[in-house]
Amino acid sequence: MPDYILEMRSITKSFPGVKALADVTFSAQRGEVHAICGENGAGKSTLMKVLSGVYPHGSYGGEILFEGEPCEFSGIRDSERAGIVIIHQELALVPHLSIAENIFLGNERRGRGGLIDWHKTQAEAAELLKAVGLNEEPTTQVGQLGVGKQQLVEIAKALAKDVKLLILDEPTAALNDNDSAHLLDLVRQLQARGITSIIISHKLNEIEATANRTTVIRDGQTVETLDMEAPDVNVDRIVRSMVGRDLESFYPERTPTPGKVVLEVRDWTVRHPQQDRLVVDGASFEVRAGEVVGIAGLMGAGRTELAMSVFGRSYGRFISGQTLMHGKPVAPRTVAEAIGRGLAYVTEDRKQLGLNLLDTITRNISGAALPNLAKWGFVDANLEAKLARHSMDSMRIKAPSVQSVVGKLSGGNQQKVVLSKWLLTGPDVLIIDEPTRGIDVGAKFEIYTLINEFVESGKAVVVISSDLLELLGTCDRIYALSGGRITGEFPASEANEEKLMTLMTKEKEAIG
Amino acid sequence: MTVTAPRGPMGAIAPPPEKNGLGELRLAMTHNLRTSGIYVALVALVALFALITGGASLSAGNVTNIVLQYSYILVLAIGMVIVIIAGHIDLSVGSVVALTGAISAITVIKYDMPWWVGVLAALATGLLIGAWHGFWVAYVGIPAFIVTLAGMLLFRGLTLFVLDNVSLSPFPDEYGVIASGFINGWLGGYGYDVFTLVVFALGVVGFAVSQYRSRKARMGYHQPVPPLSLFALKILAVGVLVMAFAWKLASARGLPVVLIMLAVLIMAYTVMMQHTVFGRQIYAIGGNLAAASLSGVKVRAVNFWIFVNMGLLSAVAGIVFSSRTNGAQPGAGNMFELDAIAAAFIGGAAVTGGVGKVVGAMAGGLIMAVMSNGMQLMGIDQSLQSVVKGLVLLLAVAFDIWNKRRAGAH
Repeated sequence: MPDYILEMRSITKSFPGVKALADVTFSAQRGEVHAICGENGAGKSTLMKVLSGVYPHGSYGGEILFEGEPCEFSGIRDSERAGIVIIHQELALVPHLSIAENIFLGNERRGRGGLIDWHKTQAEAAELLKAVGLNEEPTTQVGQLGVGKQQLVEIAKALAKDVKLLILDEPTAALNDNDSAHLLDLVRQLQARGITSIIISHKLNEIEATANRTTVIRDGQTVETLDMEAPDVNVDRIVRSMVGRDLESFYPERTPTPGKVVLEVRDWTVRHPQQDRLVVDGASFEVRAGEVVGIAGLMGAGRTELAMSVFGRSYGRFISGQTLMHGKPVAPRTVAEAIGRGLAYVTEDRKQLGLNLLDTITRNISGAALPNLAKWGFVDANLEAKLARHSMDSMRIKAPSVQSVVGKLSGGNQQKVVLSKWLLTGPDVLIIDEPTRGIDVGAKFEIYTLINEFVESGKAVVVISSDLLELLGTCDRIYALSGGRITGEFPASEANEEKLMTLMTKEKEAIG
Repeated sequence: MTVTAPRGPMGAIAPPPEKNGLGELRLAMTHNLRTSGIYVALVALVALFALITGGASLSAGNVTNIVLQYSYILVLAIGMVIVIIAGHIDLSVGSVVALTGAISAITVIKYDMPWWVGVLAALATGLLIGAWHGFWVAYVGIPAFIVTLAGMLLFRGLTLFVLDNVSLSPFPDEYGVIASGFINGWLGGYGYDVFTLVVFALGVVGFAVSQYRSRKARMGYHQPVPPLSLFALKILAVGVLVMAFAWKLASARGLPVVLIMLAVLIMAYTVMMQHTVFGRQIYAIGGNLAAASLSGVKVRAVNFWIFVNMGLLSAVAGIVFSSRTNGAQPGAGNMFELDAIAAAFIGGAAVTGGVGKVVGAMAGGLIMAVMSNGMQLMGIDQSLQSVVKGLVLLLAVAFDIWNKRRAGAH
C-alpha cells in the first residue's frame, strides 16, 4: 500500500455554461515528483486552484485528503498552513522589494512587540538562498533578477513556509535551457529532502527526465497515470494520451524551396535604451522567399532586441546597420513604416505586447491593418467583419464568434489571433518570436502548419525560439546569437542541439 | 452604433446555447441587462424622483431645465470619456471652461466685438490649451494626472488674471441664444411645438433603422443577436421614452438650441469612436499600449489629438456656460471636471482604460443631472446632495466591478 500524501477523489468543478472538471481522481505519493500533463483548457490549472483553496471548499465536488485528513480549505492561507504551496506561472513577487522581504512576505519573522526582526529575516533568507542555490544578497531587489533567479526566490519563499507539497505551474515556460536545468535539479534535491512536488508543464522531455509519475488530464477527466520508469513510457506515449490520438510527428513536413533574398540585415548594431552597452553588435542575416530561418540564442542574447529594432526601430537606440528588402535599402523608422514595407513581428509575449485582451477577435485581427481597411479614416466595417470571419476559418480559431473577447480564449487560440492580425497586413517577411510559448501540443502543430502554409506561398519567416527542438523541427537554416553577435549559421539538416548550444554560449556567458 | 457582443461565460469551445425559446429569451435578457444596466438605472431614477416629487420633476418646465442646466457637463463628458478610454484623465477642464468663457467675454463685452468672434476666440483658446496638455502628455511623457493638475491651477490662475478678479457681464442677446435659445413654432401646434415632435420622431425612426440594420449585419455574420421579440421591445421602449421626453420639451418652450448641438456632438463622436481608424486606435491604446504601439499605432500623435479634442470640447462647454450665466466669472466651472469624470465612470468607462462609450457617459451624466435636480426639487440640503452623489459614484463603479467579476468568474 503506497503512502499517499495527497488524494483527490472524483473532483468536479463547474462554471456557468462549462464543466471545467468532470471527474478527476489523482494522488501523489510522499516524496515523489508527479507531473500533470494536458492540453490547454484540459483543467490542470483549475484542479490546482481547487487543491490550493482558490476555489473554496463547497464550490467543487469530490473530496481531498492531505496526509490522510480530509481538507476543507476556504482560501490559500488554509492550504499553505497545511503545507501546500503553489508557484504560479506568472510569478507573484514584488519587484521593488528585496529578496528577503519577498521571501517572508505575509509570513514575516517577528521579534518583540510584533515588529519585524530584520536580523532574523536576513539570516534566514541567506540560508534559504543557499538551499536553492541562488548566489545573491538577500537585500538585492527582486526586480533586478532575471526570470530564472526569480523562480528560485519563489521556491525559497515556499521553503520558508515549511512546504510539504510544492506545486509548480509551468515553472520553466519562461526560462532558458540552463535555468530550466538548474530548476529541475533543485526539484530533485528537494525530493531528496522529502518534499513532494507536482509539476504542470508542456515541456514533455523535461517531464520525462524529472518526474516519477505522470497523470494525464483531458477534457476535465483523468485519462491515466503513467509510471515514468516503465519501459514503454516516453514523450510520444504521453502525447498520445494527451491528444487522444497519434500525432504523426511534432513538426509537419515541408520541402524547402528557397528563392530570392527578401530581407537582408547588415552589421546591425543597437544600444540599450538606458544603459551604455550594445545589445545587438554587428549582426547580419538574410532570409529568402520560401524559407524559414531560425535565430537561436539564450535569454539576454539579444534575439528579441534584434527583431524589434529591425521592426521599425521599436527597441533601443539605433547605432548603425542596413536593412534591405528585395535587394533595395530601406530604413523603416517607425512600426507603421515597417508594416508598410512588408515586415511583420509577432511578439513573444502575446498578452502584454500582442493583444488587446479587452477587445473582440475582430478588432484584434484588424488592429495592425486598420488603415488599409479604411477610406477617409472611416473603417469599412463590412470588409473588416468579412476578413475576420475568413481569418477565423482559415486559421481554425475556436471561439463562439468573431465578436468574442480575446481575453477569454485559450493560449493557442490567442496566438492564432495574433498571427491572423499580422497576416492581414500582407507581410513578405513574418518574424515570430517564440511562436508556441505556453500553448498545447495540438495547437503547436497547427501553428507550425500555418507557418508552412505561409512560406509555401513564397513568403519568408524568421523564427526566434528558446526551444532548440522547435527550431530544428521548423527551420531550414538557423543562426546562433550570443551576446548580440551572430556566432554561427547552419542549414537545419546539419545542425543539432549540441552544435547550436556551443555557439549560443560562445564568448561570454549570458547573464540571468 | 454597434451593440456590444454578449460576453457569455461560456468557454471557447462550449457549444452554442440551445435554442429553446424561453431559455434563450431569459439568457438574452440577462445579457442585455448587463450591457444596458446603466440605461435601466437612469429610467428607474427618473421614475423614483417623479414618485417622490409627485410628478414635479417631470413637469415640462423642469425637463427643459435639466437639459439647459447640464448640457455643458455632458459636452465635457464626451471629451472626458475619450480621454479615459485612452487611459488618461483630465483634471483641468473646469479651469479651461472658466478661461475660455473669460476670453469670450473679454472679446465680446470689453472689446465690443461681434458674438461669433468671441466664440471663435474661445475655441482657439481651447485648442491651444489642448495642444499644451497634449504636448506634455504625449511628447514629454508626463502622466496626464500631473499635467492636467498643473493645468487646473495654471488656467484658473490665468482666468483670475485676465478677468482682474471680477465678473464680466452682460453678453449681447445673440450670445445668450447658444445656451438659452429655442426653436419653436416652425410648424405650429396648439400648446405644443410640432417641429420638436417631428425632429424627435425622425430621430427615433433613424435609431430603429440603424439598430435593425446592425442586427441584420450581425446575423449575416452568424453572430448572436437577441430574439426579434426582445429587439422590438427594446426599440419600442426607447421610442416611447424618447417621445415622452420630446412631448415635455414641445409643451414647454420647444427645442433647445443647445440640445441640437449636443445631439450633433454625441452622434459625431459616437461615429468617430466606433467607425474611424482614429477612434479605434484610442481603444487600442487604452486596452494595451505596448500592443498598439507594436501594431503601428502612432501613440504619441493619437494622445496629442485626444487632448486637443478635450481642449476644444472644454471651450464649447465654456461658451455654453458663459452664455447661460450671461457673463464670465473668476470661479466659473469649479469642480466641473469631477462631474465629467463621474459621468464617464458611471457610464461604464474602465479606470484602467480601453473600455467606455460616449453614449454611456451621456447616460452617466444624465444620472448625475437627474439626481441633482431631483434633490434640489425636494429641497435637500447642498451638503447632503454632495454625500449622495459621492456614494452613487462609488456604488456605480463597485457594481460594475462586481458585475465583471461575476461574468468573468474563472
